[in-house]
Amino acid sequence: MIKKIYFQSTFFSFLFSLEAFAAESGGMPQLNPEFWVSQIFWLTLTFGILYIVLSKLILPKISNNLETRKSQILENIEAAEKQREDSETKLKEYEEIISKSKLEAKNIFNQAREKALKDINAKREVLDKQIDEEISKAEKEINTLRKSAPEKINTIAIETSSDLIQKLIGAEVNNSSISAIVDDFSKRNGDKYYGN
Amino acid sequence: MAANPMTQFNVYRIGPEIKVGAFDISFTNASLFMIISTLAILIIFNLGSKKNSLLPNKIQLLAELSYTFVSKMISDTAGLKAKPYFAFIFSLFMFVLFCNMFGMIPYTFTVTSHIIVTFVLAAFIFIGVTVIGFIKHGFGYLKLFVPSGVPAVLLPLIVVIEIISYLSRPVSLSVRLFANMMAGHTMMKVFGGFVISLGIVGGWLPLSFSVALTGLEILVAFLQAYVFAILTCIYLNDALNLHH
Repeated sequence: MIKKIYFQSTFFSFLFSLEAFAAESGGMPQLNPEFWVSQIFWLTLTFGILYIVLSKLILPKISNNLETRKSQILENIEAAEKQREDSETKLKEYEEIISKSKLEAKNIFNQAREKALKDINAKREVLDKQIDEEISKAEKEINTLRKSAPEKINTIAIETSSDLIQKLIGAEVNNSSISAIVDDFSKRNGDKYYGN
Repeated sequence: MAANPMTQFNVYRIGPEIKVGAFDISFTNASLFMIISTLAILIIFNLGSKKNSLLPNKIQLLAELSYTFVSKMISDTAGLKAKPYFAFIFSLFMFVLFCNMFGMIPYTFTVTSHIIVTFVLAAFIFIGVTVIGFIKHGFGYLKLFVPSGVPAVLLPLIVVIEIISYLSRPVSLSVRLFANMMAGHTMMKVFGGFVISLGIVGGWLPLSFSVALTGLEILVAFLQAYVFAILTCIYLNDALNLHH
Protein backbone atom coordinates (compact mmCIF):
# COMPACT_ATOMS: atom_id res chain seq x y z
CA MET A 1 0.00 0.00 0.00
CA ILE A 2 2.64 2.47 1.09
CA LYS A 3 4.87 1.31 -1.72
CA LYS A 4 2.08 1.97 -4.20
CA ILE A 5 1.51 5.43 -2.78
CA TYR A 6 5.21 5.99 -2.91
CA PHE A 7 5.44 5.10 -6.57
CA GLN A 8 2.36 7.05 -7.49
CA SER A 9 3.56 10.10 -5.67
CA THR A 10 7.01 9.86 -7.19
CA PHE A 11 5.28 9.66 -10.51
CA PHE A 12 3.29 12.77 -9.68
CA SER A 13 6.33 14.53 -8.37
CA PHE A 14 8.09 13.59 -11.57
CA LEU A 15 5.25 15.22 -13.49
CA PHE A 16 5.49 18.27 -11.31
CA SER A 17 9.21 18.45 -11.67
CA LEU A 18 8.78 18.20 -15.41
CA GLU A 19 6.41 21.11 -15.10
CA ALA A 20 8.99 22.87 -13.04
CA PHE A 21 11.59 22.21 -15.65
CA ALA A 22 9.22 23.68 -18.18
CA ALA A 23 8.30 26.62 -16.04
CA GLU A 24 11.70 27.58 -14.73
CA SER A 25 14.85 27.86 -16.65
CA GLY A 26 16.91 26.49 -13.70
CA GLY A 27 14.97 23.25 -13.28
CA MET A 28 16.13 21.42 -10.17
CA PRO A 29 17.58 24.01 -7.79
CA GLN A 30 20.13 21.39 -6.74
CA LEU A 31 21.74 21.50 -10.16
CA ASN A 32 22.05 25.25 -10.18
CA PRO A 33 25.74 25.90 -9.49
CA GLU A 34 25.21 29.47 -8.34
CA PHE A 35 25.58 28.66 -4.62
CA TRP A 36 27.70 25.52 -4.85
CA VAL A 37 30.84 27.21 -3.66
CA SER A 38 28.97 28.87 -0.83
CA GLN A 39 27.47 25.55 0.24
CA ILE A 40 30.84 23.81 0.09
CA PHE A 41 32.40 26.62 2.12
CA TRP A 42 29.74 26.64 4.81
CA LEU A 43 29.59 22.85 4.94
CA THR A 44 33.34 22.67 5.47
CA LEU A 45 33.19 25.38 8.09
CA THR A 46 30.26 24.02 10.10
CA PHE A 47 31.22 20.39 9.79
CA GLY A 48 34.82 21.23 10.62
CA ILE A 49 33.78 23.11 13.75
CA LEU A 50 31.39 20.32 14.68
CA TYR A 51 34.09 17.70 14.25
CA ILE A 52 36.72 19.62 16.19
CA VAL A 53 34.44 20.51 19.09
CA LEU A 54 32.96 17.01 19.30
CA SER A 55 36.28 15.19 19.04
CA LYS A 56 38.27 17.49 21.31
CA LEU A 57 35.76 18.53 23.94
CA ILE A 58 32.52 16.62 24.06
CA LEU A 59 33.17 13.02 23.03
CA PRO A 60 36.10 12.51 25.44
CA LYS A 61 33.87 13.79 28.23
CA ILE A 62 31.07 11.40 27.32
CA SER A 63 33.48 8.50 27.05
CA ASN A 64 35.02 9.50 30.36
CA ASN A 65 31.57 9.68 31.94
CA LEU A 66 30.71 6.24 30.63
CA GLU A 67 34.01 4.82 31.85
CA THR A 68 33.69 6.30 35.31
CA ARG A 69 30.13 5.09 35.57
CA LYS A 70 31.18 1.62 34.48
CA SER A 71 34.04 1.52 36.96
CA GLN A 72 31.87 2.97 39.69
CA ILE A 73 29.20 0.35 39.09
CA LEU A 74 31.86 -2.36 39.09
CA GLU A 75 33.30 -0.96 42.31
CA ASN A 76 29.88 -0.86 43.87
CA ILE A 77 29.22 -4.43 42.82
CA GLU A 78 32.56 -5.45 44.26
CA ALA A 79 31.85 -3.61 47.48
CA ALA A 80 28.44 -5.23 47.69
CA GLU A 81 29.99 -8.64 47.09
CA LYS A 82 32.58 -7.97 49.76
CA GLN A 83 29.94 -6.87 52.22
CA ARG A 84 27.90 -9.94 51.44
CA GLU A 85 30.92 -12.13 52.13
CA ASP A 86 31.61 -10.20 55.30
CA SER A 87 28.09 -10.66 56.48
CA GLU A 88 28.28 -14.35 55.65
CA THR A 89 31.45 -14.79 57.67
CA LYS A 90 29.91 -12.80 60.47
CA LEU A 91 26.83 -14.96 60.35
CA LYS A 92 29.06 -18.01 60.54
CA GLU A 93 30.94 -16.52 63.47
CA TYR A 94 27.68 -15.72 65.17
CA GLU A 95 26.43 -19.24 64.64
CA GLU A 96 29.71 -20.61 65.94
CA ILE A 97 29.49 -18.42 69.00
CA ILE A 98 25.95 -19.53 69.60
CA SER A 99 26.79 -23.21 69.25
CA LYS A 100 29.86 -22.74 71.45
CA SER A 101 27.87 -20.96 74.10
CA LYS A 102 25.23 -23.64 73.92
CA LEU A 103 27.90 -26.25 74.49
CA GLU A 104 29.35 -24.22 77.32
CA ALA A 105 25.98 -23.83 78.91
CA LYS A 106 25.49 -27.57 78.70
CA ASN A 107 28.89 -28.14 80.26
CA ILE A 108 28.20 -25.68 83.02
CA PHE A 109 24.88 -27.32 83.69
CA ASN A 110 26.44 -30.75 83.77
CA GLN A 111 29.22 -29.57 86.08
CA ALA A 112 26.74 -27.91 88.35
CA ARG A 113 24.67 -31.05 88.49
CA GLU A 114 27.70 -33.19 89.24
CA LYS A 115 28.83 -30.79 91.91
CA ALA A 116 25.43 -30.71 93.45
CA LEU A 117 25.29 -34.48 93.41
CA LYS A 118 28.75 -34.68 94.97
CA ASP A 119 27.79 -32.18 97.66
CA ILE A 120 24.66 -34.06 98.39
CA ASN A 121 26.57 -37.31 98.60
CA ALA A 122 29.25 -35.82 100.83
CA LYS A 123 26.70 -34.30 103.14
CA ARG A 124 24.78 -37.53 103.23
CA GLU A 125 27.95 -39.40 104.11
CA VAL A 126 28.76 -36.94 106.86
CA LEU A 127 25.24 -37.15 108.14
CA ASP A 128 25.35 -40.93 107.89
CA LYS A 129 28.56 -40.96 109.88
CA GLN A 130 27.13 -38.65 112.48
CA ILE A 131 24.05 -40.75 112.71
CA ASP A 132 26.15 -43.89 113.01
CA GLU A 133 28.25 -42.29 115.71
CA GLU A 134 25.20 -41.16 117.59
CA ILE A 135 23.71 -44.59 117.26
CA SER A 136 26.89 -46.26 118.47
CA LYS A 137 27.15 -43.77 121.33
CA ALA A 138 23.63 -44.41 122.32
CA GLU A 139 24.21 -48.14 122.11
CA LYS A 140 27.30 -47.79 124.31
CA GLU A 141 25.36 -45.80 126.84
CA ILE A 142 22.65 -48.35 126.74
CA ASN A 143 25.23 -51.08 127.23
CA THR A 144 26.89 -49.32 130.14
CA LEU A 145 23.51 -48.61 131.61
CA ARG A 146 22.57 -52.24 131.12
CA LYS A 147 25.81 -53.36 132.83
CA SER A 148 25.48 -50.98 135.74
CA ALA A 149 21.80 -51.64 136.21
CA PRO A 150 22.07 -54.94 138.21
CA GLU A 151 24.58 -53.49 140.69
CA LYS A 152 22.38 -50.52 141.33
CA ILE A 153 19.43 -52.77 141.71
CA ASN A 154 21.45 -54.80 144.16
CA THR A 155 22.40 -51.81 146.29
CA ILE A 156 18.83 -50.57 146.24
CA ALA A 157 17.63 -54.03 147.10
CA ILE A 158 20.13 -54.26 149.99
CA GLU A 159 19.10 -50.88 151.36
CA THR A 160 15.40 -51.54 151.05
CA SER A 161 15.74 -55.01 152.47
CA SER A 162 17.80 -53.73 155.45
CA ASP A 163 15.24 -50.99 156.02
CA LEU A 164 12.45 -53.51 155.79
CA ILE A 165 14.18 -55.85 158.19
CA GLN A 166 14.76 -53.05 160.65
CA LYS A 167 11.16 -52.05 160.59
CA LEU A 168 9.92 -55.63 160.72
CA ILE A 169 12.28 -56.99 163.28
CA GLY A 170 13.48 -53.82 164.81
CA ALA A 171 17.03 -54.90 164.86
CA GLU A 172 20.16 -53.94 163.10
CA VAL A 173 21.18 -56.53 160.57
CA ASN A 174 24.60 -56.85 159.24
CA ASN A 175 24.77 -55.33 155.77
CA SER A 176 27.19 -57.86 154.47
CA SER A 177 24.97 -60.77 155.20
CA ILE A 178 22.07 -59.08 153.51
CA SER A 179 24.15 -58.28 150.52
CA ALA A 180 25.20 -61.92 150.30
CA ILE A 181 21.60 -62.97 150.23
CA VAL A 182 20.65 -60.24 147.71
CA ASP A 183 23.50 -61.25 145.51
CA ASP A 184 22.37 -64.79 145.60
CA PHE A 185 18.81 -63.73 144.68
CA SER A 186 19.81 -61.35 142.09
CA LYS A 187 22.05 -63.88 140.50
CA ARG A 188 19.22 -66.33 140.31
CA ASN A 189 16.58 -63.81 139.22
CA GLY A 190 18.96 -61.72 137.12
CA ASP A 191 19.51 -64.75 134.99
CA LYS A 192 15.81 -64.88 134.50
CA TYR A 193 15.47 -61.14 133.62
CA TYR A 194 18.41 -60.76 131.35
CA GLY A 195 18.51 -64.14 129.88
CA ASN A 196 22.05 -64.77 131.07
CA MET B 1 4.90 29.38 -7.03
CA ALA B 2 3.99 27.60 -3.82
CA ALA B 3 2.44 24.77 -5.79
CA ASN B 4 5.78 23.96 -7.36
CA PRO B 5 7.24 21.22 -5.18
CA MET B 6 10.78 22.12 -6.16
CA THR B 7 10.80 25.66 -4.79
CA GLN B 8 11.46 24.32 -1.31
CA PHE B 9 14.95 23.39 -2.51
CA ASN B 10 15.80 26.89 -3.64
CA VAL B 11 18.90 28.37 -2.11
CA TYR B 12 18.78 32.09 -1.56
CA ARG B 13 21.10 34.62 -0.10
CA ILE B 14 20.52 35.92 3.43
CA GLY B 15 22.21 39.22 3.99
CA PRO B 16 24.90 40.73 1.78
CA GLU B 17 26.83 39.03 -0.96
CA ILE B 18 30.24 37.86 0.26
CA LYS B 19 32.91 37.22 -2.34
CA VAL B 20 36.37 35.79 -1.88
CA GLY B 21 38.18 36.23 -5.16
CA ALA B 22 35.95 34.80 -7.83
CA PHE B 23 34.01 32.67 -5.36
CA ASP B 24 30.66 33.57 -3.89
CA ILE B 25 30.49 32.38 -0.29
CA SER B 26 27.41 34.34 0.71
CA PHE B 27 25.44 33.31 3.74
CA THR B 28 22.37 31.41 2.49
CA ASN B 29 19.46 29.52 3.95
CA ALA B 30 21.54 26.36 3.47
CA SER B 31 24.32 27.86 5.59
CA LEU B 32 21.73 28.87 8.18
CA PHE B 33 20.46 25.33 8.57
CA MET B 34 23.97 23.90 8.64
CA ILE B 35 24.72 26.27 11.51
CA ILE B 36 21.43 25.46 13.24
CA SER B 37 22.11 21.71 13.00
CA THR B 38 25.67 22.12 14.23
CA LEU B 39 24.60 24.29 17.13
CA ALA B 40 21.79 21.92 18.05
CA ILE B 41 24.19 18.97 18.10
CA LEU B 42 26.77 20.88 20.11
CA ILE B 43 24.22 22.18 22.62
CA ILE B 44 22.56 18.82 23.14
CA PHE B 45 25.80 16.91 23.52
CA ASN B 46 27.38 19.60 25.64
CA LEU B 47 24.43 19.47 28.02
CA GLY B 48 24.53 15.69 27.87
CA SER B 49 28.18 15.53 28.88
CA LYS B 50 28.33 18.40 31.37
CA LYS B 51 27.89 16.61 34.65
CA ASN B 52 28.44 13.01 35.30
CA SER B 53 25.79 11.62 37.58
CA LEU B 54 25.58 7.94 38.29
CA LEU B 55 21.92 8.05 37.33
CA PRO B 56 21.88 10.05 34.09
CA ASN B 57 19.17 12.56 33.38
CA LYS B 58 17.27 12.51 30.08
CA ILE B 59 19.65 14.59 28.02
CA GLN B 60 22.69 12.78 29.39
CA LEU B 61 21.01 9.49 28.61
CA LEU B 62 20.34 10.68 25.07
CA ALA B 63 23.96 11.68 24.57
CA GLU B 64 25.29 8.46 26.04
CA LEU B 65 22.89 6.28 24.10
CA SER B 66 23.91 7.99 20.84
CA TYR B 67 27.54 7.53 21.79
CA THR B 68 27.16 3.82 22.47
CA PHE B 69 24.94 3.39 19.41
CA VAL B 70 27.54 4.84 17.04
CA SER B 71 30.38 3.17 18.91
CA LYS B 72 28.68 -0.22 18.57
CA MET B 73 27.92 0.42 14.90
CA ILE B 74 31.60 1.13 14.20
CA SER B 75 32.98 -1.77 16.19
CA ASP B 76 30.46 -4.15 14.57
CA THR B 77 31.30 -3.14 11.00
CA ALA B 78 34.90 -1.96 11.06
CA GLY B 79 36.32 -3.54 14.20
CA LEU B 80 38.58 -2.08 16.84
CA LYS B 81 41.01 -0.56 14.36
CA ALA B 82 38.40 2.04 13.43
CA LYS B 83 38.47 3.59 16.87
CA PRO B 84 40.51 6.67 15.85
CA TYR B 85 37.82 7.53 13.29
CA PHE B 86 35.00 7.32 15.82
CA ALA B 87 34.74 11.09 16.27
CA PHE B 88 34.51 11.65 12.53
CA ILE B 89 31.81 9.04 11.98
CA PHE B 90 29.92 10.25 15.02
CA SER B 91 30.00 13.84 13.72
CA LEU B 92 29.00 12.65 10.27
CA PHE B 93 26.07 10.62 11.54
CA MET B 94 24.85 13.39 13.82
CA PHE B 95 25.28 16.07 11.16
CA VAL B 96 23.34 14.15 8.52
CA LEU B 97 20.70 13.08 11.04
CA PHE B 98 20.14 16.59 12.38
CA CYS B 99 20.08 18.12 8.89
CA ASN B 100 17.54 15.51 7.81
CA MET B 101 15.43 16.00 10.92
CA PHE B 102 15.46 19.80 10.76
CA GLY B 103 14.29 19.42 7.18
CA MET B 104 11.18 17.68 8.47
CA ILE B 105 9.94 20.85 10.12
CA PRO B 106 7.64 22.76 7.75
CA TYR B 107 9.14 25.84 6.04
CA THR B 108 12.66 24.73 6.79
CA PHE B 109 15.43 23.93 4.36
CA THR B 110 16.88 20.44 4.03
CA VAL B 111 20.64 20.74 3.71
CA THR B 112 21.08 17.11 2.71
CA SER B 113 18.64 17.40 -0.17
CA HIS B 114 21.38 19.11 -2.18
CA ILE B 115 23.66 16.92 -4.23
CA ILE B 116 26.61 19.25 -3.77
CA VAL B 117 26.48 18.88 0.03
CA THR B 118 26.17 15.10 0.02
CA PHE B 119 28.73 14.81 -2.74
CA VAL B 120 31.30 16.84 -0.85
CA LEU B 121 30.80 14.65 2.21
CA ALA B 122 30.97 11.46 0.12
CA ALA B 123 34.00 12.65 -1.82
CA PHE B 124 35.79 13.54 1.38
CA ILE B 125 35.02 10.07 2.77
CA PHE B 126 36.11 8.42 -0.48
CA ILE B 127 39.41 10.29 -0.65
CA GLY B 128 40.03 9.83 3.06
CA VAL B 129 39.34 6.09 2.94
CA THR B 130 41.56 5.67 -0.12
CA VAL B 131 44.40 7.57 1.54
CA ILE B 132 44.02 5.51 4.72
CA GLY B 133 44.05 2.32 2.67
CA PHE B 134 47.25 3.26 0.86
CA ILE B 135 48.92 4.38 4.09
CA LYS B 136 48.01 1.15 5.87
CA HIS B 137 48.74 -1.30 3.08
CA GLY B 138 50.85 0.58 0.53
CA PHE B 139 50.32 -0.71 -2.98
CA GLY B 140 48.92 -3.86 -1.43
CA TYR B 141 45.69 -1.90 -1.14
CA LEU B 142 45.24 -2.51 -4.87
CA LYS B 143 44.58 -6.16 -3.99
CA LEU B 144 41.13 -4.88 -3.06
CA PHE B 145 40.34 -5.01 -6.77
CA VAL B 146 41.49 -8.61 -7.15
CA PRO B 147 39.09 -10.89 -5.29
CA SER B 148 40.53 -14.24 -4.30
CA GLY B 149 39.19 -17.46 -5.73
CA VAL B 150 38.25 -16.04 -9.12
CA PRO B 151 39.18 -18.01 -12.27
CA ALA B 152 42.05 -16.39 -14.19
CA VAL B 153 39.90 -16.07 -17.29
CA LEU B 154 37.40 -13.88 -15.51
CA LEU B 155 40.00 -11.87 -13.64
CA PRO B 156 40.39 -8.91 -16.07
CA LEU B 157 36.63 -8.45 -16.20
CA ILE B 158 36.26 -8.72 -12.43
CA VAL B 159 39.05 -6.24 -11.81
CA VAL B 160 37.42 -3.72 -14.14
CA ILE B 161 34.07 -4.20 -12.41
CA GLU B 162 35.69 -3.84 -9.00
CA ILE B 163 37.43 -0.65 -9.98
CA ILE B 164 34.22 0.81 -11.39
CA SER B 165 32.30 -0.16 -8.26
CA TYR B 166 35.02 1.38 -6.09
CA LEU B 167 35.02 4.60 -8.07
CA SER B 168 31.24 4.80 -8.03
CA ARG B 169 31.19 4.70 -4.23
CA PRO B 170 31.11 8.47 -3.71
CA VAL B 171 28.44 8.83 -6.36
CA SER B 172 26.20 6.11 -4.92
CA LEU B 173 26.77 7.35 -1.37
CA SER B 174 25.91 10.95 -2.19
CA VAL B 175 23.07 10.27 -4.63
CA ARG B 176 21.41 7.84 -2.24
CA LEU B 177 21.08 10.45 0.51
CA PHE B 178 20.29 13.35 -1.79
CA ALA B 179 17.69 11.44 -3.84
CA ASN B 180 15.98 10.04 -0.79
CA MET B 181 15.66 13.41 0.85
CA MET B 182 14.61 15.18 -2.33
CA ALA B 183 12.05 12.55 -3.31
CA GLY B 184 10.53 12.43 0.15
CA HIS B 185 10.21 16.17 0.51
CA THR B 186 8.88 16.58 -3.02
CA MET B 187 6.30 13.91 -2.38
CA MET B 188 5.14 15.54 0.82
CA LYS B 189 4.90 18.86 -0.97
CA VAL B 190 2.87 17.25 -3.76
CA PHE B 191 0.42 15.73 -1.29
CA GLY B 192 0.23 19.03 0.55
CA GLY B 193 -0.62 20.68 -2.77
CA PHE B 194 -3.34 18.07 -3.36
CA VAL B 195 -4.88 18.90 0.01
CA ILE B 196 -5.22 22.52 -1.07
CA SER B 197 -6.39 21.85 -4.62
CA LEU B 198 -9.00 19.23 -3.64
CA GLY B 199 -10.32 21.49 -0.90
CA ILE B 200 -12.50 20.67 2.09
CA VAL B 201 -14.36 17.89 0.26
CA GLY B 202 -11.62 15.75 -1.20
CA GLY B 203 -8.61 17.02 0.68
CA TRP B 204 -8.89 14.59 3.56
CA LEU B 205 -7.45 11.65 1.69
CA PRO B 206 -4.18 13.34 0.64
CA LEU B 207 -4.05 14.90 4.11
CA SER B 208 -4.06 11.48 5.73
CA PHE B 209 -1.46 10.35 3.22
CA SER B 210 0.55 13.40 4.11
CA VAL B 211 0.40 12.51 7.81
CA ALA B 212 1.48 8.95 7.10
CA LEU B 213 4.23 10.19 4.79
CA THR B 214 5.53 12.49 7.50
CA GLY B 215 6.04 9.46 9.70
CA LEU B 216 7.66 7.58 6.87
CA GLU B 217 9.93 10.50 6.09
CA ILE B 218 11.07 10.77 9.68
CA LEU B 219 11.97 7.11 9.47
CA VAL B 220 13.76 7.73 6.17
CA ALA B 221 15.59 10.70 7.67
CA PHE B 222 16.98 8.50 10.43
CA LEU B 223 17.56 5.54 8.16
CA GLN B 224 19.49 7.52 5.55
CA ALA B 225 21.73 9.04 8.20
CA TYR B 226 22.33 5.55 9.54
CA VAL B 227 22.99 4.13 6.06
CA PHE B 228 25.37 6.99 5.28
CA ALA B 229 27.31 6.36 8.47
CA ILE B 230 27.33 2.59 8.18
CA LEU B 231 28.50 2.68 4.56
CA THR B 232 31.32 4.96 5.66
CA CYS B 233 32.19 2.34 8.28
CA ILE B 234 32.14 -0.41 5.65
CA TYR B 235 34.42 1.54 3.33
CA LEU B 236 36.68 2.23 6.29
CA ASN B 237 36.67 -1.46 7.11
CA ASP B 238 37.86 -2.23 3.56
CA ALA B 239 40.71 0.21 4.01
CA LEU B 240 41.68 -0.97 7.50
CA ASN B 241 41.24 -4.73 7.18
CA LEU B 242 42.04 -5.83 3.67
CA HIS B 243 40.00 -9.02 3.30
CA HIS B 244 40.52 -9.96 -0.31
